[in-house]
Amino acid sequence: MSLVESLPRLRKLRLPRADGLVPWLVPLLIILIWQAASALGLVPARVLPAPSDVAVAGWKLLRSGELARNIWVSFWRAGIGFVIGGGIGFAFGLANGLSELSSKLTDTTLQMVRNIPHLALIPLVILWFGIDETAKLFLVALGVFFPVYINTLHGIRTVDPQLIEMGRIYGMSDAELFARVIFPGALPSIFVGIRFALGIMWLTLIVAETIAAASGLGYMAMQAREFMQIDVVVLSILIYAALGKLADSASRLLERLTLSWHPAFQKH
Amino acid sequence: MQEALRFNALDEPVTREGIIKQAKVLRRTQGSSGRGLSLTIQGLHKSFGDHQVLRGVDLHIAAGQFVAIVGRSGCGKSTLLRLIAGLEKIDSGSITFGETARREDVRVMFQEPRLLPWARVRANVEVGLGRERKSPDALARARQALVEVGLADKRGQWPTVLSGGQKQRVALARALVGNPRVLAFDEPLGALDALTRISMQRLLEQVWRDQGFTAILVTHDVSEAVALADRVLVIEDGRIARDIDVDARRPRQRGSADLAALEGSILSELLRGGDERSA
Repeated sequence: MSLVESLPRLRKLRLPRADGLVPWLVPLLIILIWQAASALGLVPARVLPAPSDVAVAGWKLLRSGELARNIWVSFWRAGIGFVIGGGIGFAFGLANGLSELSSKLTDTTLQMVRNIPHLALIPLVILWFGIDETAKLFLVALGVFFPVYINTLHGIRTVDPQLIEMGRIYGMSDAELFARVIFPGALPSIFVGIRFALGIMWLTLIVAETIAAASGLGYMAMQAREFMQIDVVVLSILIYAALGKLADSASRLLERLTLSWHPAFQKH
Repeated sequence: MQEALRFNALDEPVTREGIIKQAKVLRRTQGSSGRGLSLTIQGLHKSFGDHQVLRGVDLHIAAGQFVAIVGRSGCGKSTLLRLIAGLEKIDSGSITFGETARREDVRVMFQEPRLLPWARVRANVEVGLGRERKSPDALARARQALVEVGLADKRGQWPTVLSGGQKQRVALARALVGNPRVLAFDEPLGALDALTRISMQRLLEQVWRDQGFTAILVTHDVSEAVALADRVLVIEDGRIARDIDVDARRPRQRGSADLAALEGSILSELLRGGDERSA
């Protein structure tokens, strides 16, 4: 067999194993260059500590239990805020997508509120709730609400009317029509909303914890700044990146499980 | 016979079972088991806004008849079909079925297959069972309907991986699974390529002869109408302009002289009618 003939076969054999690693090559390369730059003294440790120093700081915090506690607190806030805000956004999206009256009644108001940057409410939220948990949950929920609302609404409004007519012809009840035609049709759009919302969730939480908190990752970073522990600051930032990636991967997995019918998720 | 087999072979690979099935169908005598409903339409009017689409249609269709409705686009043929299927409200006039028809007795097949992309082929066919979907024999009936349209092996597939012709076959199975007594086709083959069309036409004729429903086919393709129907209605300006019986023996020979002559005369009439209007 000639080399040209065997090439496609080799490619098919090799790709699956390497596939999982390829996305990590760039981050790995960056860390290597960073470590080398620090070791050579090109980047002063006061500006940016070496990755190894960050790892050491992480190990110390991990052993004291501080890191786990702060991650857990942030994770909890993000999760609860997401569920509350996403749940309400989803409910409004459904209501306004399915009912003309509900849409007329609330959509204009919601669009006005949407255009207020929710982080601008921080001073007000602090006055209302102090630096209580409620303040963080409120801000996260508010930030998450809109992307979920808008994409759910959009998804329901753009379900193919021909499919709805087909469902009616075959005698589907309203509940069946929703479960079998409208909801599955809106699902891809709802997932777009969820992934947007996850980004906003972390952003809101970081800002809220940095400004008004007594625990959590943002608080940990601010405390470290007070004591000039730059390695801990960098560590916090890296953890945010990792958590963000985790949330995104989780939503992608969920997408792949529920949208297996979609051409974009089918293997050919 | 030879020709029929060859046409079918163009769409899908010929299997032994396929040939036997085809031969059985061709051997069947013309006529039906008498499940179809007759249909009477009187003084039917329909407007959309100021635009009068149907201006007094009177029509009787015998039970089990295969009727094709042809006309230029915008003549009201699709509207007539949607009224028969109960998809639009009647302005005035009446449509009555020979016996009291249940809603499930009248089914429609559209130009688009309208399959649920998130349901596998079998589940899509089960949609056609309506409220009987949860009955214990639903699975068996869906399978049977897929066998009838020659897609038994595709029941576990997603609709997105099927070809256009296969999707339309699934839509046909979905319409057939509830044993309709009137089946209305709204340009069901309009989006298919020429060869797939011909094999689909044969399939439509075959299931019609098997099941004996009353078939109403709206099409802009006069040769399709002449090849399939017992009777061709020409609609012009919201009225039935011509009502032509096609009494050629089945299975029909495509392109035979008498059918071609009939097709030619209908076509020239359609063209003349349109030219008069635009003049």
